[in-house]
Amino acid sequence: MTSGVDLSRPQAQTVGSDEDVVRVRQLVRTVAVAVKLSLVDQTKVVTAASELARNTLVYGGGGTVEVTAVDNGRRPGITIVFADSGPGIADLELALTDGYTTGGGLGLGLSGARRLVDDFDIQTAPGQGTRITITKWSR
Amino acid sequence: MERVPILKIGDILLVSIQVDMSDQTAVALQEDLAERIVATGCHGVIIDITALDIVDSFVGRMLSTIASISRVLDAETVVVGMRPAVAITLVELGLSLNGIRTALNVERGMELIAAERDHDRHDEFDDGSDVEPTASP
Amino acid sequence: MALSTDESGRLADLLTSRVDRVIQRWTEVVGEQLRGRLSQAELLRQVQELHRALVDALGKGAVDLAAEEATELRAVLAELSRGQARQGFSATETATGVFALKDALLSAMEDDQSTRTLRDYVAFAAMVDQMGLFTFESYVHTREGLIADQAEQLLELSTPVVKLWEGVVAVPLVGTLDSARAQVVMERLLQTLVDTGSPYAIIDITGVPAVDTQVAQHILKTVVAARLMGADCIISGIRPQIAQTIVALGIEFGDIATKASLADALRHVLRLTGVESGRRQSRREA
Ligand SMILES: Nc1ncnc2c1ncn2[C@@H]1O[C@H](COP(=O)(O)OP(=O)(O)O)[C@@H](O)[C@H]1O
Ligand SMILES: [Mg+2]
Repeated sequence: MTSGVDLSRPQAQTVGSDEDVVRVRQLVRTVAVAVKLSLVDQTKVVTAASELARNTLVYGGGGTVEVTAVDNGRRPGITIVFADSGPGIADLELALTDGYTTGGGLGLGLSGARRLVDDFDIQTAPGQGTRITITKWSR
Repeated sequence: MERVPILKIGDILLVSIQVDMSDQTAVALQEDLAERIVATGCHGVIIDITALDIVDSFVGRMLSTIASISRVLDAETVVVGMRPAVAITLVELGLSLNGIRTALNVERGMELIAAERDHDRHDEFDDGSDVEPTASP
Repeated sequence: MALSTDESGRLADLLTSRVDRVIQRWTEVVGEQLRGRLSQAELLRQVQELHRALVDALGKGAVDLAAEEATELRAVLAELSRGQARQGFSATETATGVFALKDALLSAMEDDQSTRTLRDYVAFAAMVDQMGLFTFESYVHTREGLIADQAEQLLELSTPVVKLWEGVVAVPLVGTLDSARAQVVMERLLQTLVDTGSPYAIIDITGVPAVDTQVAQHILKTVVAARLMGADCIISGIRPQIAQTIVALGIEFGDIATKASLADALRHVLRLTGVESGRRQSRREA
């Protein structure tokens, strides 16, 4: 599973089914290991990716995930972009509130993922789709 | 779709999750377990997650639902083998797994269920003696 | 500042046509500085390798260090700095190894006094500066890594997790707890619970002079994580000042068991397990 991933380039995975969410988790794990994240940090970033990829599938109607090994000159890290062209999020603050869900979930995906990573950026507007970028740096 | 096997060991159903489950697989497990509890009359369910390297909010919710369903079906559920990194992550994610009993390993989980059943038997015995005269409709 | 293609070509020519002169002066300058701490043979090997990598890069058309064609050169520089950092050379000594090339270039250009030579020298020197700075940064990066590794080893040494009793482990925390250390300790504690199959953990903070919000949060999160795993934590040895801090910070310890001393905590756990088996016994009898 660790073989065959070219770290010098972003790795893309389409998200169109449940199985794709599993593939995203595996891809993120592989890259997180390669950039030498600690076990706890690997677990955190894979969990965050699982939440966001599921949102891309369920709420965004499918999309793409792109995983990149990065280096800011001081430390390596992993950056993941989740993009869909679904309905977008009208009230972002509300969506980022613990427990808020429109789909009968636990409402912890967005808010929890934000707590699990170092950088969290979200671009969304009604009708414009949603694009979330997260980064976890190795400690 | 892969299905998670459910083993019957004595009076206990043992579920050992060995794969990175898709959401469908998780939902199927929830349904399969409810059926097996009724079919076998087991009073204890142990879900071993030693092999799981993450638990996200979907799987967390599935575990809570299984615990609630089995309680309704008069079975006690214990989740065992959660890894430290998974537990630390769940705390940060904000998932409290309320209403789920946990134990470090299968053995401890069995002890917990046995203690619980003892406790219940004791209560039933008490209740029984009080209720018996008016029990039949 | 990048070299023009012409300048890049002329630098390559100079380095090849005057190779002996360049290498001789280069090793001389570096050798003086290191005063025998690197063998002459090793020094010569390093200088020759750098020379070769630079000529290669220029030959492929590199106009600055960031160029695609200079990938190999960057790798050689990085490897050199890593080696120096590990062997305990200073950052200045490491960078000087590269900056000495300026001296060597100047001596190779001495015979030619045209104005173009002066302009070339300025351009070449800028390239050498880039290489020097890159070396410096690689060096610092390696040192940081080494220091972090050592710090981690120290952390592990200073945080023993001990098995106190069948089913009970304890961590006696001693000294100032910063956030990083608190995190390491807590991860190790949780792992020990798994390894020993112990459902009880005692976190003894008698030896901790002070806690801040972050550290208190780490302890709290560990207690919650342990619960998720099926184990209970007891905190012992909370000193009066720390109790005051915890209250003043508004941190809720909620239903977490706290005891005055490690001994009290152990007694508490044993009573819990004892009472439990006693209770079970009496039920069986009934
Ligand atoms: N990619 C997305 N596109 C549109 N809406 C989204 C997206 N991601 C999240 N949302 C909205 O934000 C809410 C909160 O998401 P989340 O925190 O993951 O909780 P949950 O998945 O349990 O509903 C969702 O219920 C949904 O309304
Ligand atoms: Mg979600």
